[in-house]
Amino acid sequence: MTSTQTDQAVIAGSPKGSGNLPHKRVSVHLQRQIREGAIKAFCALCALLSVITTITIVYVLLTEALPFFTKVDFKEFATGTEWKPTPEPGHYGMLPLITGTLMITIGAGLFAVPLGLLSAIYLAEYAKPRAKAILKPALELLAGIPTVVYGYFGLFFVTPALKHVFPSIQSSNALAGAIVVGIMILPLVSSLCEDAISSVPVALKEGAQGLGATKAETTMKIVVPAALSGIVASFILALSRALGETMAVTLAAGSNPILTLNPLKGIQTMTAYMVSTSKGDLEHGTMKYWSIFAVGLVLFAFTFSMNLIARKLVAKFKLNYQ
Amino acid sequence: MILDPSTHHNLRSRKRLDVLFGRLCQLAAGLGILILIIFLVKIIVDGVQNISWAFIVGDLSQRPSRTGIWPAIVGSLYVMVLTALFSVPVGVAAAIYLEEFNRRKSRLSSIIQLNIANLSGVPSIVYGLLGRFLFVYFFGFKTSIIAGALTMTLLILPTVIIVTQEALKAVPQSYREGSMALGSTQWQSIRLQVLPNALSGILTGIILSISRAIGETAPLIVVGAVSYVSNLPKGLGDSYTVLPIKIFDWANESQEKFHQVAASAILVLMVGLLFINSFAIYFRARAKAKK
Repeated sequence: MTSTQTDQAVIAGSPKGSGNLPHKRVSVHLQRQIREGAIKAFCALCALLSVITTITIVYVLLTEALPFFTKVDFKEFATGTEWKPTPEPGHYGMLPLITGTLMITIGAGLFAVPLGLLSAIYLAEYAKPRAKAILKPALELLAGIPTVVYGYFGLFFVTPALKHVFPSIQSSNALAGAIVVGIMILPLVSSLCEDAISSVPVALKEGAQGLGATKAETTMKIVVPAALSGIVASFILALSRALGETMAVTLAAGSNPILTLNPLKGIQTMTAYMVSTSKGDLEHGTMKYWSIFAVGLVLFAFTFSMNLIARKLVAKFKLNYQ
Repeated sequence: MILDPSTHHNLRSRKRLDVLFGRLCQLAAGLGILILIIFLVKIIVDGVQNISWAFIVGDLSQRPSRTGIWPAIVGSLYVMVLTALFSVPVGVAAAIYLEEFNRRKSRLSSIIQLNIANLSGVPSIVYGLLGRFLFVYFFGFKTSIIAGALTMTLLILPTVIIVTQEALKAVPQSYREGSMALGSTQWQSIRLQVLPNALSGILTGIILSISRAIGETAPLIVVGAVSYVSNLPKGLGDSYTVLPIKIFDWANESQEKFHQVAASAILVLMVGLLFINSFAIYFRARAKAKK
């Protein structure tokens, strides 16, 4: 409080008190400079913390996964078809977890990509302000629902509904997992695609319509191709979100690491393995402990490279039109 | 293709296609609302019968008919408040560095910026692994509230920084110039001009980030939040549980009565989130009104 008052006195150059004397002035100036420098240094440190976090993530994943790879042959890890951590020593073939994860991710993409793109087109090109005022908050609400709630929904609404169509479906299954994750990433696809579509210059649209194209033709043949790199980037970002999704898939798709491509069966994703393993006792320095870091490393490598590709696409897209 | 003269003949079918396409897009957009409504109805129908004051303030129990959720609510509140205490000063300071002290965008700040974007794409469970090693084991916090809150802090920090940056960007440059022209230092102009004007925007973003942290489950499970506590946590070193973990557990139980309890807990969680987010809506409206 007192510092605020001196600051203001100095700013106003008021002749109050002794702030006026030349030597006092210099010391106030110096004091100020020190404080400026200290605050700036603190802010820089906080910003640097994010870089430190990234380095620590990579370091922790690598060093904690290392003991795992001294015990498990990398070839078995990458190509083995059996994931069975217990009983010791266990089998650590990643393929069941990989196929499980990919089934969820691809399934979610098949659901969310077309729907998200179409609704983005509606929001950007067709919707009147009133429709937008309802749709956008609804999508935001959908995006704000905790993932565990999506899991509940998959388990107790989607699967029972699917049972009418596929009576043989298991109570936890990949299909329900893919659908709820698809719903979860729908708002993301929709809002990112809308941004991409909205930034296409109006002149392009007017040009097409001036040549006699209908609105649908303009959208599909001019606007969407022009926004393509942004649209594809949004798909990749959404899929990488689906890849890392944990609670919804653990509930809806199960924790059963079997190698199958049948979406009606329960599977286990990489993330679900990490969660179900962490639920029990997890002693530092056991095979169980190291294995979640090994799986985490693979997941991190996947999502990180997907995000990088998406960012490259966005950068390219910006060059074209801005 | 558009100029192809043959298309001139089927103008009617082109127009029909045009209308059809518009309807299709509308349908896709409407589906989002439909799903949201189904969600809410399903959860209310399943959960509302169990809701009572006794349920909210009751202790956890192994029996579905007797269990309450108070320890989980308290655990969630602890994690939320601590996460906010840690992440807000650090996040805002980092954003101030990137937007105010480093306006000319040095190489360092562009590296940091890229890094923050990358961090925001890291799956939440990977932050759980980080916290498991760093806070639970390396710093020796064990599976305590403080380890959970610190993990959550790292998780939401990128989001807090990004939203604060957006709010700072929205403050007109002339505010800074005017204040500096009157002789204020840069920090004075930030503290007395920029921050007060960006406050609504910053608060909106922070509330949304925190409410995301409340719904997060996976990283807390990895850093050892347990699913059953018999006593309320007393200090920051105690073991704890949070609402989403209880929901997860109850939904996983085989007994059907537990599923209803899970739905009731979801209802409590969602009402809580809605309450917190209503502040965000209020601040957002205020930020807009200012413009």
